[in-house]
Amino acid sequence: MYVKDTIAAISTPVGEGGIGIIRVSGDAALQVATQLFRGTTDGGLQSHRFYYGCLAEPGTGSVIDEVMLVLMRAPRSYTREDVLEIHCHGGSLVVQKILDLVLRLGTRLAEPGEFTRRAFLNGRIDLIQAEAVIEVIRSKTETALALAQHQREGLLSQRIGILKEEVVNALALLEAYIDFPEEDIPPADYDEIARRVENAATGMGELLAGYREGRVLREGVAVLLAGKPNVGKSSLLNTLLREKRAIVTAIPGTTRDIIEEVINIRGLPVRLLDTAGIREAVDVVEQEGVRLTLEKIPQADLVLFMVDVSRPFDSEDQLLFDNLADRRFILVKNKTDLAVTIELPSQLQGVPTMEISTLTGEGVDGLRQMIHDLFLRDGAVDSREYVAISQARQRDALAKGRDALDRFRMNLAVGETVEILAIDLRDALQAVGEVTGETTSDDILDLIFQRFCIGK
Amino acid sequence: MIVYDKKYEVIVVGAGHAGCEAALAAARMGCRTLLLTINLDAIALMSCNPAIGGLAKGHLVKEIDALGGEMGKNIDATGIQFRILNTRKGPAVRASRAQADKQLYRLRMKHVLESEPNLDLKQGEVIGLRIEEGRVVGVDTKAGVSFIGVTVILTTGTFMRGLIHIGLTHYPGGRAGDLPAIGLSDQLRDLGFNVGRLKTGTPARLDGRTIDFSRLEPQYGDDPPIPFSFSTERIDQPQVPCHIAYTNERSHDIIRGGLDRSPLYAGIIEGIGPRYCPSIEDKVVRFPDKSRHQTFIEPEGRETVEVYPSGLSTSLPIDVQFAFYRSIEGLERVEIMRPAYAIEYDYVDPIQLHASLETKLLGNLYHAGQINGTSGYEEAAAQGLMAGINAALRVRGREPLLLDRSDAYIGVMIDDLVTLGTREPYRMFTSRAEYRLLLREDNADLRLREKGHEIGLVRENEYGRFLRKRELIGTELARVRETRLVRSEMDETIKAEFGFTDLQNAVTLEQLLRRPDITYGELARFDAASAEVPHQVQEQVEIQVKYQGYIDRQLEQVERSKKMEHTRIPADFDYAVLAGITAEVREKLQKFRPDTLGQASRISGVTPAAVGIVAIALKVRSSQ
Repeated sequence: MYVKDTIAAISTPVGEGGIGIIRVSGDAALQVATQLFRGTTDGGLQSHRFYYGCLAEPGTGSVIDEVMLVLMRAPRSYTREDVLEIHCHGGSLVVQKILDLVLRLGTRLAEPGEFTRRAFLNGRIDLIQAEAVIEVIRSKTETALALAQHQREGLLSQRIGILKEEVVNALALLEAYIDFPEEDIPPADYDEIARRVENAATGMGELLAGYREGRVLREGVAVLLAGKPNVGKSSLLNTLLREKRAIVTAIPGTTRDIIEEVINIRGLPVRLLDTAGIREAVDVVEQEGVRLTLEKIPQADLVLFMVDVSRPFDSEDQLLFDNLADRRFILVKNKTDLAVTIELPSQLQGVPTMEISTLTGEGVDGLRQMIHDLFLRDGAVDSREYVAISQARQRDALAKGRDALDRFRMNLAVGETVEILAIDLRDALQAVGEVTGETTSDDILDLIFQRFCIGK
Repeated sequence: MIVYDKKYEVIVVGAGHAGCEAALAAARMGCRTLLLTINLDAIALMSCNPAIGGLAKGHLVKEIDALGGEMGKNIDATGIQFRILNTRKGPAVRASRAQADKQLYRLRMKHVLESEPNLDLKQGEVIGLRIEEGRVVGVDTKAGVSFIGVTVILTTGTFMRGLIHIGLTHYPGGRAGDLPAIGLSDQLRDLGFNVGRLKTGTPARLDGRTIDFSRLEPQYGDDPPIPFSFSTERIDQPQVPCHIAYTNERSHDIIRGGLDRSPLYAGIIEGIGPRYCPSIEDKVVRFPDKSRHQTFIEPEGRETVEVYPSGLSTSLPIDVQFAFYRSIEGLERVEIMRPAYAIEYDYVDPIQLHASLETKLLGNLYHAGQINGTSGYEEAAAQGLMAGINAALRVRGREPLLLDRSDAYIGVMIDDLVTLGTREPYRMFTSRAEYRLLLREDNADLRLREKGHEIGLVRENEYGRFLRKRELIGTELARVRETRLVRSEMDETIKAEFGFTDLQNAVTLEQLLRRPDITYGELARFDAASAEVPHQVQEQVEIQVKYQGYIDRQLEQVERSKKMEHTRIPADFDYAVLAGITAEVREKLQKFRPDTLGQASRISGVTPAAVGIVAIALKVRSSQ
């Protein structure tokens, strides 16, 4: 059971930074502040005001850091509990030291996501919003951040709400026909019902398609640079990294045999995977480099298959190509600044191709655009209205809803009885309700009474 | 007050449709029962529409019958036009409806009541409850006599502080021609009950001799009429038609011209009326584009000229009523025998009830019918039956009979009432039932007969018949599953007709029955034995086979919800110390005090997260 104890955690990323924030939530927050804080408070900490002072160890009185401190009294806080934030100098040692102090004062270390969970349990945010907050935290790029923020603001709930409206309306028409056979109301208007169901199904389909984009925005895509040695992989990697100053972070490879760099292509987080650096460092034979590349191919969302147009297409190129059979790839013809001597096999005619020169930089922008367009619809993400589902739970619910609507359309086509049709629509509503909340039978009756003159 | 020296076990206040079922159930279950009514000549009176059944209401009647109630038998004995509605829309939304001979209906019910050895009938107005130590122990009447009883069931209908409106004239009355009940609702309010005000209305009763029926379209009942009760073999009494008439633009102009003297639009009526049964002035105002409104002219009986124009209730002044009714084609010379009127009455918020219909505030006190904010004879009767059963079970020291939302419409209705409350008169609709396909009229006996028998309401001979039927259904289901038709043995013309010419393997009768184009009746063409199966068994087998996929899915949903539905929340559960729920939700839970987690989940505004927290707290509590 969720006990109302007080939790604390470091809220800023681990490592060096400008500031570090320790967040405390729960009844003991105020007590923590009064015991640790030394500063002018004009006779007591006011809610939602920043105070300057220093943080000292109780007992010894030794000062640990100078801090800014803010107390947010319940319910006007993120968790709807008393929340204390201690802003100190960034630096893992001092932040950790302050946290240790706080933990000694009857608080416990928060579990991952616990602040958000409390916000949810205390009714400040709904389930979709709670999931979105986690997304904000995990966002790798600004677009992903904007997406998560839109979702948090309920745009997704709104979009789904509109689809739900269509289903509720269609159902109300059926239910009126079922429940009021003796009333002077026209028979169920199947054209309107079918149209509304069509709208809802289309909308659900779009959201489901957007799920892939949502996932892409959140998790990014892995792009593998593949090519035989000296084809220009490292140069391309450096060009992509250098030209775009939007390097978000450099993550060391999960295994020691690969380099992974994250770049941002118009909002698309791209993890560039390259085996080049390692080969130089450990000086393995060239065959080894190709072997490493081959191993990585299955993990990549996209392979940039690089060839050197100034050299013949040889068995090493062929080996790589043979392994790309069912993968998504772009043929990158490098070194267009040199004389073209390569002769490509016929299977490579008509595949997505980009000619570049890492030396002059020619074609690199085009390549960038091509990568982007493979994963995101153009302009879709720039729009402020853009919403996408990003949780598997949301996708499953919507997919269930769409399946129910598909059943409805099939049953309508074969002339199933109206009560069976109504079951399909109810199933769809229930599925969608798992994302946004329930529709009650009273909602449906309300619509019926609005629309039809009922009453014997 | 004189205290009457006979001690009762169940006292029922009110002898409408709820009161009659309550009193009969209690008496038949062996309790010394008293039925008190303001007017012994108005027992089971149909104060409004002279009809029983309709969508969802017919379902309720069948359920009442399956449990051992009287309504189905009473309408079968006195009905003058029977119809099955929605025959082409699927088995679950098929519903029975019948016109009643209004006077015969009440006389037969009175006779049935008088035939119960455990039941006393007395005329008297109850003005207050007798209470000792938080429990009701009897009632006081206006005549100065107190009756002592272990349990009391209030079925007050429209009588508590009833106020009749005709135009701007109004006067106290429980129904046209009857006195209201004064005092009782004040005492209930003082006891802490939330007493609210509702409104309903009824059309004028017209003189059939002054209507030109030749200009109206007749509507006949089914031939042969199909009875409501599982115990009725057939309907023998003669059947009569209804007639359809329409209002017109002139009628609507007359109505609009009289709105300034409508108590509804003048703001005199404060009670909330039913949206599904609006007055004609409401319809004209809310749907100004509709050029005509339909009415069924329903006979009130075979021995009377009085007729009931359905859908034309009004509280407009009497002169407007005359002009309005006479503006309808065929009714130009019509005479009004009883004017239309609206009535306001007190009801008690049903969220203050347990699912057993016992009040949460006062032990051994039960509420049923319009006092709970419902409307309709069938809704009232169903609650009356459940209140009567549960009062009798209480007297015997047994657990109450509670029906789930997946058991019966009765369960849906009571759960709606006690978890959601109601602000307008509540009527049953099939769309309120999430497991609609399971709650059919045709299987009401399969759902409830056993329960009715177990509590002692279903008689042995009826139960024996039910058991035989159930066994036959099981046998027949097995037979259609196992009987294989071999292609070579099939008639060539039949094969061609049903497209079996390319049939590869032998098919079972069940597989045939699954096809939308093959009814059970047609099975006889492949299989002679099918024709021998009784009709009711055929019907069950056909529905269970044809809809098996959907039925199974709903059964799965029921199974999933069972755990929550049956997790009880103790009466002393303290929401105040529950961490992690919002003040708003806490307040709701404290106000409703749900009996189960299932109930809690349906209270509006109680979030799934909050239900989860309550569930966890319950688990912790039970492990301690």
